[in-house]
Amino acid sequence: MSEITLTIDGKLCVAKEGESVLNVARRNGIFIPALCYLNNCSPTLACRLCLADVDGKRAYTCNAKIKEGMVVVTKSEEIEKERRAIMEVYDINHPLECGVCDQSGECELQNYTLEMGVDSQSHCIADTQRPSKDWGFIHYDASLCIVCERCITVCKDMIGDSALKTVPRGGAELDKEWKEKTQKDAYAMWNKMQKSIVGLASGGDTLECSDCGECTAVCPVGALVGSDFQYSSNAWELKKIPASNPHSSDCSLMYYDVKHTNTSISKPKIYRVSSEYNYAPLHGGARYGYDFQNEVDGKDEEAFDKAVAFLKNEADTIAFSSYITNEEALILQKLKEKYGYKLINPDAYRYQTFLKNFTKTSGKSLYSGDLDKVRASNFVVSLGGMLRSDSPNAGYAMNNALSMNKGAGIYFHPIGDKVVSGYSKNILSALHVVGAEEAIVYLLLDLFADKEKLPASIKEYLADFHTITKKTITDGEEGQTKEIEVDTNALLEMIGLEEDFCEKVEKLLDKKDTFSLIVGEDVYTHKQSANIAKLLGLLERTTPFDVLLVPSKTNTLGVALICDLSKTRGHKTLGYNEKGDFTLCALGKGDLDMPALNQQEGTFSSMNKRVVPTNVAVPFDGYCLNDIANALDLEREWTVDYTAHLPKKAGFKAVAFDSLPNEFDNAGNENRGYLLEIFELTCSDEIESMSDIKVYKEPLVYRANPINQFSPFTNKAHQLNEAGALYASQEFVASLGLKHKDMVNITNHQGDKLVVAVMVDSSIEGMIPYLPTFDRKIDVSPFFKDGYRFAEVTIKGVSHE
Amino acid sequence: MELKDFQNRDIAPGYIFFDGEKKPQNGWESFKRVVKRSVKGELFVGLWIVFREMIRFDIHTVQYPIEKIEMSPRYRAIHRLLRLLESENERCIGCGLCEKICIANCIRMETRLDENKRKEVTKYSINFGRCIFCGYCAEVCPELAIVHGNDYENASEQRAHFGLKEDMLTPIDTFRAKQQKEFSGFGALSDNADENIKKTPLAY
Repeated sequence: MSEITLTIDGKLCVAKEGESVLNVARRNGIFIPALCYLNNCSPTLACRLCLADVDGKRAYTCNAKIKEGMVVVTKSEEIEKERRAIMEVYDINHPLECGVCDQSGECELQNYTLEMGVDSQSHCIADTQRPSKDWGFIHYDASLCIVCERCITVCKDMIGDSALKTVPRGGAELDKEWKEKTQKDAYAMWNKMQKSIVGLASGGDTLECSDCGECTAVCPVGALVGSDFQYSSNAWELKKIPASNPHSSDCSLMYYDVKHTNTSISKPKIYRVSSEYNYAPLHGGARYGYDFQNEVDGKDEEAFDKAVAFLKNEADTIAFSSYITNEEALILQKLKEKYGYKLINPDAYRYQTFLKNFTKTSGKSLYSGDLDKVRASNFVVSLGGMLRSDSPNAGYAMNNALSMNKGAGIYFHPIGDKVVSGYSKNILSALHVVGAEEAIVYLLLDLFADKEKLPASIKEYLADFHTITKKTITDGEEGQTKEIEVDTNALLEMIGLEEDFCEKVEKLLDKKDTFSLIVGEDVYTHKQSANIAKLLGLLERTTPFDVLLVPSKTNTLGVALICDLSKTRGHKTLGYNEKGDFTLCALGKGDLDMPALNQQEGTFSSMNKRVVPTNVAVPFDGYCLNDIANALDLEREWTVDYTAHLPKKAGFKAVAFDSLPNEFDNAGNENRGYLLEIFELTCSDEIESMSDIKVYKEPLVYRANPINQFSPFTNKAHQLNEAGALYASQEFVASLGLKHKDMVNITNHQGDKLVVAVMVDSSIEGMIPYLPTFDRKIDVSPFFKDGYRFAEVTIKGVSHE
Repeated sequence: MELKDFQNRDIAPGYIFFDGEKKPQNGWESFKRVVKRSVKGELFVGLWIVFREMIRFDIHTVQYPIEKIEMSPRYRAIHRLLRLLESENERCIGCGLCEKICIANCIRMETRLDENKRKEVTKYSINFGRCIFCGYCAEVCPELAIVHGNDYENASEQRAHFGLKEDMLTPIDTFRAKQQKEFSGFGALSDNADENIKKTPLAY
């Protein structure tokens, strides 16, 4: 894209073609007021505050694309008069309840009213009764709403749920006489606002969405707030503690908003989570799953001594989960180096092996994709993950790419997702046969690879699947017969796709030039994962795709880069947030309590290949892993002293924790931690041919968590606390002759049994239900012993006799 | 201003500077000063005034606790939380401005959504160990809800005894007996408040 020079308020600005004037101005430190515009979302032109003189003509800067040599004037007497009139109109009938409003001073209506100097009101119209509504996690007070439509825009363009829309307000119609008395834009804005209000797209009374709460974050006034937070604290009393999402590998920037617990207890408590909605969306797990801290009364010296003694005398294995910081992972690695413990983490081990195999053919030490690249691309493919529950932020990025870049995409998964298929008209839901991931990667290579770059063996192998047959067709109108060549790709049948799949993809590919591939956990756990990894590496090298290997848990990538992991356990295991002979646990009820991730400082390695810091929101009075390490003669005062010593070989940098930034700048640049360094490697093209796809017989069950649940940590939070169940589509539940919340009995060939409730997940399609891992009371591990996320089971309703 | 200006302490030109009494140089001078200070006539002047007032019975002493002084309305003693005149409800809406403005950081409150979907103040406390009785809370309160009382009899085993909402809120019996006193100190409406209002047009 070419560069363009333009002048805004006398300042020379350089920008890329296709950008809006508003964004260029913001990046260059020129203030243009705007209420309704959100970064990375489409302009709605609801507020009209961003008006400016563009080459002498009045234009709305959020919508106006830049042109070479453009001259923009953002301030003049005329413009300021118009803006003041707009704010005056916004203030008509706005309840004067600022004293109790939850926005408490963070209100953009208040800010702009003062900014534009509105000190009197000369307009009036009869008010309409607008009752407030409870939408589950979200509370909507329609009387405070200024209908800027930010919530609707973010839900559609960013999140992809499209759960909100404007509905008729009812009530008084705007009298024509105001037209002469009011400024032009203010009148137009008023006319639109007076007619509409925010309502549910479903038309019902209950909000059916993924409960991400992004709409409450973007609301400029106090109309949309979290139901739990409502009236619990003034925003100005809350101290914002910058952190990173501890529940999933996007590790988005978030703030824990803390204040003293109550009038008599001064210990900090987290009241809510806030985010930088203009730059990074936050999923519901992070927004509502904040109070998962581990409360202890003090240092349990006895248990601590036991833990140290156990490590010194008995343990030969440390098993841990990936919900730890990079520093803790390094401590475990140092302990391994010093005492020879085996480090066990099946999830990170699979990812590590996968990444190793991937780099063998890709020629780089890490994958090239990240969420920004997904967002910037116009063709996005998702493979091997239930996108919306595994990695919601990847889903947001995909939806954003589809809606903002006129993009298209393919969603490969055996379980259909109605919301993903609703992202755009140009998304193809490819519901494939379970276990066909390897064939899919071959198909992607066949469809997208630069055939010149492909090794000859692969080229031939791919050609073998094609058979060209001649077919005679009859032209309907004139009765003439024609002979055409039909290319049949045998891969399609193996994957379970329709014959016209390639033609559909061909149509979607029109005018597409930037490609992203989101890869999920299914392929890491696949029997053929080693070969799939190599194929994906080849795919990255020979196709325009940027591959994003989504780490399955928060710090899976970090653990995979830092620790030397083993496959099998030894005799005695110390479990850190995992089962073991002696357990250190941040969830409580372990042999020794550990701080949870909101009680620790440290860094995570995110899926964007960025090392991002997180801070302590709530204090922890007990011992942490570093204390144990110190008792075992690794001497560092604080856990974060390890930050500068993270392995450089793996791409980390020698930067101290305290000098890591954690913010976005005005232009939206991510000043958070640092990016992992990527090394060039020599690559080989050793790839095996495809093994037969193992036939999985239904009924099958999938291992996945429902939306907003990621681990027992999210489930510990009071807003997300719920009992796990078997989640299934409506048609599956009906086929068993059951109802929502009936009990079912799940068994497998090995004789493992589980009795759980069945719950309808209305967003999924097909006959494969899923079992969650977030509920510690339900042990699903016996069903997924080989790690693969699909397993054969039999499911029967429990009879009540 | 420059440093020189600060160093010049002669801010009001009309001041008379007193160098102070000369210090005694030797023993004799010291002895003279002691005698002069001790047996000066002022001692007897004082004794005479006391005697005179005693026989006149013109006594200013307040006979506390039988007698009590009426305090100025602006006196800032232990706080009170007032009730609304019509509904008997608490005036406090829980806006938290007093909590914010408090320079001693001694006010804390807990709020929640009540059954009527209004903001309810469940707890309100002032730490009187820290309060400096500056009156900012009363001044900032938009509802005239938190005000200073003029009750100065605060003897107690602990200062915390006055600091809770139950202690400060006008008891319902007192309120019904119309004994709730308005506060006319800082933060109260001025006499000409009506004149300063800018009216907003209404359409109904």
